[in-house]
Amino acid sequence: MELSTTDRRLIAALADGLPLVPRPYAAIGQDIGLSEEAVLDRLRALVDGGVLRRFGLVVRHHELGYQANAMVVWDIPDEHVAAVGRLLASHRNVTLCYRRLRRLPAWPYNLFCMIHGQDRDKVRELLSDMVRDLDLGGIPHTILFSRRRFKQRGARYAPDALQGAA
Amino acid sequence: MTENAQIDKIPRQRPDKLSRALIDGWQRDFPLSSRPFAEIAAALDVGEDDVLAALGQLSEAGTLSRIGAVVAPNTAGVSTLCAMAVPAARLEEVAAVVNGYDEVNHNYEREHALSLWFVVTAADEARLEAVLAEIADRTGLEVLDLPLLEAFHIDLGFPVQWS
Repeated sequence: MELSTTDRRLIAALADGLPLVPRPYAAIGQDIGLSEEAVLDRLRALVDGGVLRRFGLVVRHHELGYQANAMVVWDIPDEHVAAVGRLLASHRNVTLCYRRLRRLPAWPYNLFCMIHGQDRDKVRELLSDMVRDLDLGGIPHTILFSRRRFKQRGARYAPDALQGAA
Repeated sequence: MTENAQIDKIPRQRPDKLSRALIDGWQRDFPLSSRPFAEIAAALDVGEDDVLAALGQLSEAGTLSRIGAVVAPNTAGVSTLCAMAVPAARLEEVAAVVNGYDEVNHNYEREHALSLWFVVTAADEARLEAVLAEIADRTGLEVLDLPLLEAFHIDLGFPVQWS
C-alpha cells in the first residue's frame, strides 16, 4: 500500500509509543494536527494494509526474565532457503526469521532467526530441539549470543519530521 | 532506560497479575478506539486508572518498550542489519559512535569476531547508505551491510511463559 505524507507523520509520531493518558490517539493527533478520528482511521487502514505488522505492547525480553538472546544464523542453499525459512518461522521457539544477503567470504550465512531463553543453556536446548524437530542437522549454522545491549527502541522513520514533536 | 547496561546485571522483577494479563493480552490488536485503556480495563474488570498505572510501572521498569506499531520492513522506510568486527578495546567507543545516530534503533554486542550488530532505519536508501558510510569513515572499520531479502515470520508478539 502507498503511504501518504500524513501516514508517515503518524508513524513517526508513534515512534515512542502512545502516551499513557485516557485518550492517547487524541494526544497523538494534536501533535501532528489530526483529529482523533482521523488518527484512528489511518491506523486501522495501516494495520489492514499490512504496513503495521502489529499494534500493541512492545516488550523487552530481557526484563521479562529472558536473559539469553541468541541470533542463530544458517548457511542454506539458495534454492531451499525459503522453505527452511518458513519452517523455522513456524517453530514456537523462533521470534524472528529473515533471509538476508550473504557477504562472502566474510559472512556465508543467509538465514537469521532469534531465540530467547531464560539462560544460555535453555537457548542451546531450544536450538537442538529445533534442529531435531525440523531435521536441520546437516545445515551449517552458528549461534551468536548477545553480551551488551547498547540500544533498544523503536525505529525512527522520519527523524526530521519528529523534531518538532519531540 | 537501560541502555548501555551490562545485560546480565539488570535485576529481574516479576510483573504482577494485572501486568501479566496486559502483556499476555495486548501485544497485538490493541484497541483502536477513543478510550483504549478503558476498553482494556473493562475486559479485565479493573479501572482505567489501574491499567494506566500498571503500564506506567512496566514502562518505568523497562519491561515495556512502548505501546506502538511494529512496522513491516521496508514499508515506511528502509532498513538493514549491520555488523562490524570491532577490536575489544574499541568496542565502547565504536558503539557510542553508532548509538549517536537517530537512525540506529537496536545495537548489541555479540560473541563473534563480528562483535557489534545494529539495525539502521532511514527514510530512504540514500540516507541509509550515507549513515553506513559515515560510520565506516568515522571508525575506520568496515561496516558489513546485510539487507533483508525476505521475512518469514508473522509477528504475533512474544509469548511469555510466566514461571
